[in-house]
Amino acid sequence: MKYVLLLMGNLADERCGETEEGPGVEEFIAFDAELEKAGVLAGGFGLTDPEEATSVTRADREAEAVVTAGPFAESREFVGGTIVLDVPGLDEALAWAAKCPGAIGGRVEVRPMLEL
Amino acid sequence: MDPAAGHGTAPDDVLARVHREEHSRLLATLVRRFGDLDLAEDAASEAMEAALRTWPERGVPATPLAWLTTAATRSALDRVRRDAIAARRLAALHVQEGSPAAPSAEAGALAGPDLGDGEDLPDERLAMLMGCCHPAIAPADRIALMLRFVGSLTTAEAAQALLLPVPTLQARITRAKKRIAGAHIPLGVPADPAERERRMPLVLRAISLVFTEGYAATSGDAPIRRELTGEAIRLARIVQRLSGGAAEPAGLLALLLLTDARSPARTDEDGVPIPLEDQDRARWDREAIGEGLALVERAAAMPDAGRYSIQASIAALHAQAARFEETDWPQIVVLYDLLLARGDDPVVRMNRAIAVGRARGPAEGLALLEQLAEEPELRAHSPFHAALALFREETAQHGRAVEDWTRALELGGSEGERRFLERRRDAARARA
Repeated sequence: MKYVLLLMGNLADERCGETEEGPGVEEFIAFDAELEKAGVLAGGFGLTDPEEATSVTRADREAEAVVTAGPFAESREFVGGTIVLDVPGLDEALAWAAKCPGAIGGRVEVRPMLEL
Repeated sequence: MDPAAGHGTAPDDVLARVHREEHSRLLATLVRRFGDLDLAEDAASEAMEAALRTWPERGVPATPLAWLTTAATRSALDRVRRDAIAARRLAALHVQEGSPAAPSAEAGALAGPDLGDGEDLPDERLAMLMGCCHPAIAPADRIALMLRFVGSLTTAEAAQALLLPVPTLQARITRAKKRIAGAHIPLGVPADPAERERRMPLVLRAISLVFTEGYAATSGDAPIRRELTGEAIRLARIVQRLSGGAAEPAGLLALLLLTDARSPARTDEDGVPIPLEDQDRARWDREAIGEGLALVERAAAMPDAGRYSIQASIAALHAQAARFEETDWPQIVVLYDLLLARGDDPVVRMNRAIAVGRARGPAEGLALLEQLAEEPELRAHSPFHAALALFREETAQHGRAVEDWTRALELGGSEGERRFLERRRDAARARA
């Protein structure tokens, strides 16, 4: 089964970003290597800061696209990156999520990938 | 097999019995095999329908449960093959027809001529119970799932047991089913002993609620639904065996055995309840009491003894008294105090008040009960008003007792309970 780990950060959280308490880049690289070695890594990507986001929305099928600077205004949480896992079941995905550096001071959301 | 061979062997009778006693086991097996509650339920009912069609013609199979399991597995596989996504998942689950987990009807038939309750089929109900407590399932949904799928309660009975409106319970079950199927939440016994321990309290609570529903039977005419009390005891036994000697699973099993031991003496031939003081104690099940006492003796002495071990100790004191008058009420009061120290509960306070009334006289018990009269949970609790009525009778307040019996009667109960309350009300009225 494929699960996506969504590495969530929160804009309200001061520790999020390049403070010393939060996990550093090396930790993520090491985690990736661990996943690779275990043979469960099936993809993923990191993202730049949410301020660099540009949002596009259309109110309905006929409406013009409206482009705005930044992420969805009211949301304080953002996706900082994703990791796609191919593991036998949810318990394995949860165990990896618990080891993920993104869970420290942040939140890792585990979502089953939609099978089509 | 000759359908006319005698009572209880006709296809309809056997099917009804299997449905009553083994449906949760069939369901658990299917859920474990397919990981999908909806699919399991549909397949189980299709198998039941197939049995209704074919058994009267071809006779009842030697092992009905094995037959039903095989038929349900085939029907689930048929469904899954029509569905590409499910088929891919199935491949991942390694489910195949004829795999060791899916015994054929023939193989089942060799196992013995019984109902199929032997050890030839693995019992997956514990896996289901533990699985329903998976942390990825919302806490409020876990117990609803357990009652519905392992405890064999209907949605209405489960709602009643949890004091929730039926639509709320329905919504929880639907939501949880969707999550289990969508996120592939594994329904099994966790390998990590610490995780098993974390899930244990909720598992015990579900088993205890199933027993209570069977013992108090909020629906139907029978005051005791033996299939539910029996199921709860079976589940408690399985959990106790797995728990590696922990106190509370043993305490719960002891509590259920000691309580159930009284059931032969608990109602008269018309199903009208007989109060504890009037029960013929010779009719109590000595074997169950013996087993319960041995369990509680060990459980209560352990450092992790908790609510169930304490409640079992109370049941043990009742079981050990040869006559009602010989009950060790002061000790029972102490045990209720221990129970209250672990968390306030109006029903426990009510039971403590009754024990105080027995230990120190009805006037003291009545005074304590009267202090509880404004508790919302007790105001709507029929036994509370019956307890008030008893102590008022014993303190010669027959007029007020009539009011209490009437209130208890309004709050309902089973058919037999209502007849008991009517008799007591009329007797009090005659004295008033």
